[in-house]
Amino acid sequence: MKPNFKMYFINAGLLLVVFAVISVLLQLRVFNPFHEHLIILVCINIILAVSLNLSAGFLGQLVLGHAAFMSVGAYAAAIFANAIGATGTPGLLAALVVGGLAAAVSGIIIGVPALRLRGDYIAIITLAFVFIVQSLMLNLNNILNVSEGSFLYPLASLLNATGGAQGMTVSRLTTFEAAFFVMVITVAVLVCLVRSRHGRAMIAIREDEIAAEASGISTVYYKILGFTISAFFAGVAGGLFAHQVFFIEPLDFDFVFSIELLVIVVLGGMGSFTGAIIAAIVLTLLPEFLREFQLWRMLVYAVLLIAMMIFRPKGLMGSYEFSVQNILKKFRGGRA
Amino acid sequence: MALLEAKGMGVDFGGLRALSEFNIEIEPSELVGLIGPNGAGKTTCFNLLTGVFAPTEGDVIFDGKSIAGKKSYHINNLGIARTFQNIRLFKGLSVVENVKTAFHARMKYNLLSGILRLPSYWREETEIHNSALELLSVFDMADLADANAANLPYGKQRQLEIARALATNPKLLLLDEPAAGMNPSETQLLMDTIRLIREKFNIAILLIEHDMKLVMGICQRMVVLDYGMIIAAGTPDEIKNNPRVVEAYLGE
Repeated sequence: MKPNFKMYFINAGLLLVVFAVISVLLQLRVFNPFHEHLIILVCINIILAVSLNLSAGFLGQLVLGHAAFMSVGAYAAAIFANAIGATGTPGLLAALVVGGLAAAVSGIIIGVPALRLRGDYIAIITLAFVFIVQSLMLNLNNILNVSEGSFLYPLASLLNATGGAQGMTVSRLTTFEAAFFVMVITVAVLVCLVRSRHGRAMIAIREDEIAAEASGISTVYYKILGFTISAFFAGVAGGLFAHQVFFIEPLDFDFVFSIELLVIVVLGGMGSFTGAIIAAIVLTLLPEFLREFQLWRMLVYAVLLIAMMIFRPKGLMGSYEFSVQNILKKFRGGRA
Repeated sequence: MALLEAKGMGVDFGGLRALSEFNIEIEPSELVGLIGPNGAGKTTCFNLLTGVFAPTEGDVIFDGKSIAGKKSYHINNLGIARTFQNIRLFKGLSVVENVKTAFHARMKYNLLSGILRLPSYWREETEIHNSALELLSVFDMADLADANAANLPYGKQRQLEIARALATNPKLLLLDEPAAGMNPSETQLLMDTIRLIREKFNIAILLIEHDMKLVMGICQRMVVLDYGMIIAAGTPDEIKNNPRVVEAYLGE
């Protein structure tokens, strides 16, 4: 096996074409600011979907609280950006790293006890984590109601100045360019990860945990590693989200949103990044086109999921991955 | 010095004594059979030796180190590999991926090199891809490399599981009823495979088996379990004529 630089260039070229087309359409005002907002949300949801797919699809852990990691990342990034008065894309990127790291730390904290056990404990614990983060954020102002001498006072006064955790004002730093490239980097990192020996270890855990352990793989280590990386990128997405909507509240990251993300991954195919990306695009844009039927959305999701489980239990894509290389191979009759 | 030595190994499952006072010594590259009626504790013995459960009493010395109570993956890294009674392959993966997964502990590149695909990634991935194909060709399965593991015929699945166990570079291989559910020609193939493994890889094997012809034919030494206790040990001929063994298998 050798690096195939030609394919790297072709893939990078295709991505640049997509990027250029959207940029030009934005420049020419064919896409209005609302469209731009939607495109950025699509990028954010792709990051959330592919990162959840790492823990749910590749590692095989039922994670019900992906939105909570996003929440931790969003608040950490927002507080950091407000504290240093971050401006421009460099400020945004720094905030995203902080958001990602904060989410990763929270991932380790809940992953270490939960993932040492086999079975579905992770589902219960991540579910609880959603509600813990939510009530923590709703009550943060009361918790941080400290006097001027306390070491927490700078944080408390910062929170008060930006409206508190129940409704925090964040400066708008996310641009289409930043969201697009952070999304591309996320997908590239995760794709390379699952094709390395570390990714192979994670997939082995999904396939058969006992056999993986008997084949010399520390299942606890790789479960925590995969879970933490997944949380990191959820935090990054949270940071992008906070700096896009510029007003965040705990209910943005509720249980329902966690389930919507899981729906995206299951519809797309557990273990297919291509599927997660397609499902993220469709399920982000679809509700916008069906605004009149807003109330019916969750019902449609439920019906969609049931139909999917009956007719295509492996999801839209199963474990298929789109690759330019394979398509070229087919055209050349398998010689490439 | 013996490669593996179990000294008074035993386990209690909440009052149920599944195995007690289990003693065994296995020399390097020796082939030992472990037999006994259903429920005698044979698989429990494997589970204790490979760290699926920790023994509640006694000690296990492997290669000069105590491994009692160590984690499964750690024991595997030290050099004990196993197969399972009910085949446990990575069913969603291809044949070659199954084997490559077991090379994991032998590979060295770190997380960052893997994500950035540094030269060490390409070098090691190439190496293990070739080693995996080589290992599969020992079992005449190189042409099945890209097939889905779940689609293999039963006998091939057993062989793939053995190949995967060998990929971890063990000094001792534990085979849990490898001939279960096989027809006579598949069993014959398996016996050849086991001989081949011993010649080619020079490792010790502990074999659980119900097929007497197979065990008697290839094992140098045998241990017989019944109700969690060793009731006999010795050469196949000694075992064949041991009244306690006959009683355990045929009744009084």
